[in-house]
Amino acid sequence: MTRPTAIELPKSATGIAGFDDILLGGLPAGRPTLVCGAAGCGKTLFGVTFLVNGATRFGEPGVFMSFEERAEDLAANVASLGYDLDDLVATGKLAIDHVRVERSEIEETGQYDLEGLFVRLGYAVDSVGARRVVLDTIESLFSGFTDTAILRAELRRLFAWIKDRGLTAIVTGERGEGQLTRQGLEEYISDCVILLDNRVVDQVTTRRLRVVKYRGSAHGTNEYPFLIDEGGISVLPVTSSGIERPVSEEIISAGIAGLDAMLRNGGFYRGSSILLSGVAGTGKTTIGGHFVNAACKRGERCMIFAFEEGADEICRNLRSVGLDLRQWVEAGLLRFEAARPSLYGLEMHLARMHRDLNRFDPSVVVVDPISALRGPDVEVHTTLLRMVDLLKSRGITGLFTSLRAAGSLHDGTDQAISSLMDSWIRLLDVEANGERNRVLYVIKSRGTSHSNQVREFRMTDGGIELIDPYVGPEGVLTGAARLSQEAREHAAAERRRHEIAQRGRELARRRDALERQVKELQATLDADQDEAQALLIEEQAQDAMLARNSAAIAARRGSAE
Amino acid sequence: MTPEQARLDDSLPDADADTEHYYLRLYVAGHTAKSIAAMSNLKRVCETHLAGRYDIEVIDLVQNPRLAAGDQILAVPTLVRRLPAPLKRIIGDLSNTERVLVGLDIRRKVDVS
Repeated sequence: MTRPTAIELPKSATGIAGFDDILLGGLPAGRPTLVCGAAGCGKTLFGVTFLVNGATRFGEPGVFMSFEERAEDLAANVASLGYDLDDLVATGKLAIDHVRVERSEIEETGQYDLEGLFVRLGYAVDSVGARRVVLDTIESLFSGFTDTAILRAELRRLFAWIKDRGLTAIVTGERGEGQLTRQGLEEYISDCVILLDNRVVDQVTTRRLRVVKYRGSAHGTNEYPFLIDEGGISVLPVTSSGIERPVSEEIISAGIAGLDAMLRNGGFYRGSSILLSGVAGTGKTTIGGHFVNAACKRGERCMIFAFEEGADEICRNLRSVGLDLRQWVEAGLLRFEAARPSLYGLEMHLARMHRDLNRFDPSVVVVDPISALRGPDVEVHTTLLRMVDLLKSRGITGLFTSLRAAGSLHDGTDQAISSLMDSWIRLLDVEANGERNRVLYVIKSRGTSHSNQVREFRMTDGGIELIDPYVGPEGVLTGAARLSQEAREHAAAERRRHEIAQRGRELARRRDALERQVKELQATLDADQDEAQALLIEEQAQDAMLARNSAAIAARRGSAE
Repeated sequence: MTPEQARLDDSLPDADADTEHYYLRLYVAGHTAKSIAAMSNLKRVCETHLAGRYDIEVIDLVQNPRLAAGDQILAVPTLVRRLPAPLKRIIGDLSNTERVLVGLDIRRKVDVS
C-alpha cells in the first residue's frame, strides 16, 4: 500500500450521483475511508448506498457490518429508498452481520483480542467474495470494552487488515467534540475522510458534505449539499463549469406572436436564460405559461419549478387565458415541481433541481419566481448564478420570473442576476386616467436586435395579445387613453372620407354639366352639318336639272334646224 | 438487563442450584497463547467449583468462522455460559478467577456456602 504509484490512484466508484465527481472517480480503492458526522446525517445510508451500488452496478459484492442496527431493521430502513437488501443477501451479493455490543453481558477476565471480529469479517467477506466493506459504527466497540488500549491496537490492526485484503471500506464515526470522531478514528484512517453535516440555519435544514482529506488525489474542496429522498442520495457538485459551452443558433418562440416579433428574429436562442421581471399581477406566470405551452406544442419536455402556486392552481389560472397545460402534463411533456421556498434551504432547492433535471431531462425550464428564494443576498445570488449555470450547462432554455417590489425602480435581485441573463423582459403597470394597463418592453436580448418599444398587452380568452402601440406627441398611450385617441383618429378619418366623397360628387356634377354642353354643341354641329348636306343635295339637283334642261334645249334646237 | 437484575432473576432457581448443570462454550481463534491459557484456566475453575456438573465445548473460530456470528463473538477468547440461563459472556483468558466466578454466577454461591 506504500508502493509509489506513478499512475493515478485506483478508485472505487460509489455510484452516488455527483459524489464521484467530487472525488474525481470515487473512494480510494483498497483502502478504508472515514465517513463521519453527527447523528442523523446519513452516514449509514451512505454506507448502504456504497454497497448496493457496488453490488448492483459495479459487480463488487459487499459486506455490511453493523454495530448499531440489526440486519432486518437496516433492510427495512433503506427499503423506502428502493434498496432491497434481502434480495441482495439472497443472491449472494451482500452479507450483513450485526455485531451486538452489550456491555452488561461482557465480563472481562484477563487478556483478549478482537480476533472474533476479524474472523467474522473475514468469513463474511469470503462468503460473498466481497470487494467492499462498511463498518457502521465501529466506535460502538468503545462502549462495550473497557480496555481501550486493546481496542485501539485492534482497530489499527483491523484497518491494516482491510488494506492488506485490498478491501474498499467505509468506516462511519460519530462526530466528536473537537475532533472528527468521538474516539479519534481519523488517527487510524487517514487516506480519505468525508464529513457529513446537517445544519439548521433559520429553521431550514441543509445536508452538506465535505471531503476533508483525500491522500494521493485531488478532490473538490467545497462543502457540497446533498439530498436524501426516495431516490437515494444525490450530491450536487456546486462548482460551476466554465463559461465556454456549446451554443445553439436555434431560435425558439416565446409563444406570443407579438413578443416574437419584438425580438426581431422570432424568439429566444435555445439554451439562453430569460428574465421576466415585474410587479405583482403583471402576468409573469401567464407569459411563462405561454412559453411552456409553445414548447410543449413543439413536443419538447418542460419543467416548471413553482414556488408560490401549486400545479393545479397554475393550470386552472392559465385556463382562463386559453392555455391548457393540463393536457401536456397528461401527455408527459410537462412536469411541475412545486415546493415552498422555505421548505428547504437554497442549497437544497438547487440540489433538488439538479436531481429533477437529471431525471426528467427537460429542454425548457420555468422558475416561478426566483424572488421567492429568500436568504442572505450573497447566498441568493450565488444560488441563482448556479441555477442559471446549471441550466445553461445542459443547454436548457430557462425562463425566470422575478417579482419586483412595487414602486422601486430597480430591484436588487434583478440587478444582481441581470448580467447572467441573455434576455430581460420587464413587465410594467401603467397607471393613468384612473386605470391600470399592462405594458412590456425588452430591456435586452443578447445576440438579436429587438424592438425598443413599450408595448401594451392584454390578457384575453385566447391568451396574451400585444397591441400595436400608440405613440403620439404626448408619449405612448395605453388603455382608455389609447382607445379615445384611436376614436379621435377614427372620427377624423371619417370626416376626411366625407369631404372626399363630397368633392367627388361635385366633380361628378361638373362633369355632367360639361358633358351636357358638349352634347348641345354636338347637336348644333349636327344641325349645321345637316343643313350643309341639304344645300349640297339641292345644288346637285339643280346641276342635274340644268344639265337636263340644256340637253333638252339642245335637242329641241337640233330638231328645229 | 443489568447484571444486578440478572442476578435477582437468577435467585429463585439458585435455591437448589447445586444440581444445576453448566453448559459452557469456549470460543478461541487458533492455538494462541491466550487460547491455551484460557482453556487451562477454565478447566481449573470448573474442576474446583463445578466438579461433575459441567460440559465444555471448545470452538476454534479459525476452523469454524461461521459460528462466530451466531453467538455474537467479538473478542477471543470468549466463554459463553449457555446453561443455566441467562446467557453469559466472559471474555479474556480467564486468568482472573475472581471475575470468572462472578461472570459465571458461581461467586455468590461460594459466598453463601
